[in-house]
Amino acid sequence: MSVLIFAELDEGKLKKSSQEAIFYGSKVAGMMGTSATAVVIGAADQGELATAGRFGATKVLHAADGKLNEPNGMAYASVVAAAAQQEGAKVVVLAKSSLGDAMAARLAGKLKAGLAPNVIELPDMSSGFRVKTSIYTGKAFAFNELKADVKILAIKKNTIATEETDATATVENFAPSLNDADFALRVTNTEKATGDVLLPEADLVVSAGRGLKGPENWGIVEDLAKALHAATACSKPVSDLDWRPHHEHVGQTGIKVSPNLYIAAGISGAIQHLAGVNSSKVIVVINKDPDAPFFKSADYGIVGDVFEVLPKLTKAVQAL
Amino acid sequence: MKILVCVTSVPDTTTKITFTDNNTKFNKAGVQFITGPYDDYALARAVELKEKLGASVTVFNVGEADAEPVIRKCLAIGADDAIRVNAEPIDAYFVAEQIAAVAKETPYDLILMGRESIDYNGGQVHGIVGEMLGIPSISPVMKLDVEGTTAKMTREIEGGKEDIEAQLPLVLGCQEPIAEWKIPNMRGIMTARTKPLKIVQPAGQDSLTAVANYEMPAPRGAVKMIPADEAETLIKLLRTEAKVI
Ligand SMILES: Cc1cc2nc3c(=O)[nH]c(=O)nc-3n(C[C@H](O)[C@H](O)[C@H](O)COP(=O)(O)OP(=O)(O)OC[C@H]3O[C@@H](n4cnc5c(N)ncnc54)[C@H](O)[C@@H]3O)c2cc1C
Ligand SMILES: Cc1cc2nc3c(=O)[nH]c(=O)nc-3n(C[C@H](O)[C@H](O)[C@H](O)COP(=O)(O)OP(=O)(O)OC[C@H]3O[C@@H](n4cnc5c(N)ncnc54)[C@H](O)[C@@H]3O)c2cc1C
Repeated sequence: MSVLIFAELDEGKLKKSSQEAIFYGSKVAGMMGTSATAVVIGAADQGELATAGRFGATKVLHAADGKLNEPNGMAYASVVAAAAQQEGAKVVVLAKSSLGDAMAARLAGKLKAGLAPNVIELPDMSSGFRVKTSIYTGKAFAFNELKADVKILAIKKNTIATEETDATATVENFAPSLNDADFALRVTNTEKATGDVLLPEADLVVSAGRGLKGPENWGIVEDLAKALHAATACSKPVSDLDWRPHHEHVGQTGIKVSPNLYIAAGISGAIQHLAGVNSSKVIVVINKDPDAPFFKSADYGIVGDVFEVLPKLTKAVQAL
Repeated sequence: MKILVCVTSVPDTTTKITFTDNNTKFNKAGVQFITGPYDDYALARAVELKEKLGASVTVFNVGEADAEPVIRKCLAIGADDAIRVNAEPIDAYFVAEQIAAVAKETPYDLILMGRESIDYNGGQVHGIVGEMLGIPSISPVMKLDVEGTTAKMTREIEGGKEDIEAQLPLVLGCQEPIAEWKIPNMRGIMTARTKPLKIVQPAGQDSLTAVANYEMPAPRGAVKMIPADEAETLIKLLRTEAKVI
């Protein structure tokens, strides 16, 4: 009956968003009077896996078949479905991510589950099972009743503030039989930025728009991001113009982010841009136009030239 | 090659969202409905593949009669025919069931969708359909070419992208820059009027989720302005007041 959490690895470490998912899952388990089990897939050492306990998992099922070393939404969904069956889990929790989204959908199909994407709070189980989800790209919320026997919750970043204890989880090897059909895709080439803070995982984001005038000026954006250990992001025209890679584009038709801090430099604040960033906790806007619409959605604003303001901010951060 | 393109009819991206009936119903009054922006990319690529390789393109929607202007527009852009399942789309599982039912009757080589709907933002329908049909699902796809029975694709991943090859049939969730959005021309609009639009009844009635009510986000507090020549004050405030750095 335990609550099952899929915890994702990035280079052998539990992702921060997955630590949140484990903590969230353990809270749900507490509400249901049961325990939380994390499923981890791919190569990781025992010590790292046991840290799932710090966030409230009592057990980790580790699927370490070499065929699973590369992320694979279909195969991973089959592994989690097998784990749900073994554990008799009625609630499956995972963090939203490219992998998590792909898995949640395949799992919903396998388990005929009630699926809530973009969950932003703990469920209300006072009568039934109700979750609050973000809809219309952050412009509204829905209270969604999950009526199916099995429920899948895909949680957004910053849904819950984690607390840690010094508990460790017991780690069990988990080796369900794998299905060839789940390995039908051939990945022929992968390009991935290494060392950078991943945008969907980032607590702090420094984003810039057409106001930067050209790709050659991004140094001042990257400097501030580096000083803050933040990820960099951009508006849609910036990625359309190929000034920045597409995976940095935030907004209605790009990545949706909900960091603690979103700094927007030289971005006008079109409604489609806001849609992807409006659930950030704190928004800072820097724009030379005092009438830029973005100021209406900001917590802090500076009317000024990005080429002067950004280097000043970087210096101030370095001086902290 | 047979391509099915699944499209949503959704409020324009500039819509101010409101609800009626004590926050239990979406307020359609005055709302302009458009094709989902991601679905538009899927359609545009389908039409390009049709022009390049020869294919039939069928547009598919689960929705009520008020979705028809969007369907007609897709026909005007170059789809050959359309199917509308006459039902309110309850949730992603229900929509997926309808798509899977049609695809079991008529096999399609490619089922193209948007990466996500812009109303419920699930990003789920493609994966559920893939599971129901027992075929691979891939999303978000930013490049798609077909050679014989092999599809060559580029998928966005966190912090990068990967190239993928797979055998048809496939279900794909599409996003830019897979193709440029297309605008219908006059001839397209004229011929769209006579292209076949089949209306069918829903298969299955599973409703695994139900929205009880809606809520609007709390408005942000007033913006605190900081003079440009005291920019460093901002960093102090972010640490001591907002406590985010
Ligand atoms: C269907 C649809 C989907 C869309 N999806 C997205 C999306 O996902 N994401 C997105 O971002 N957009 C999206 N857009 C586009 C959106 O409408 C805007 O066009 C876009 O966000 C504008 O980008 P920008 O703010 O960088 O550029 P601009 O609107 O050109 O703004 C540049 C800003 O920089 C300021 N500036 C200029 N120079 C300086 C300087 N030296 N110092 C300080 N400030 C300066 C200007 O005052 C201006 O406010 C979408 C549009 C449509 C129709
Ligand atoms: C009046 C009205 C009320 C609605 N109420 C709800 C509700 O209460 N709860 C709810 O979950 N949804 C509701 N929707 C349906 C919603 O529009 C979606 O169709 C459905 O929920 C799937 O959303 P998703 O975000 O999971 O889709 P995603 O998985 O994000 O969609 C991915 C892709 O699937 C395809 N697709 C999605 N929906 C359809 C469709 N209807 N027809 C054809 N292709 C489609 C598109 O290509 C889309 O880009 C309602 C729609 C209308 C018009």
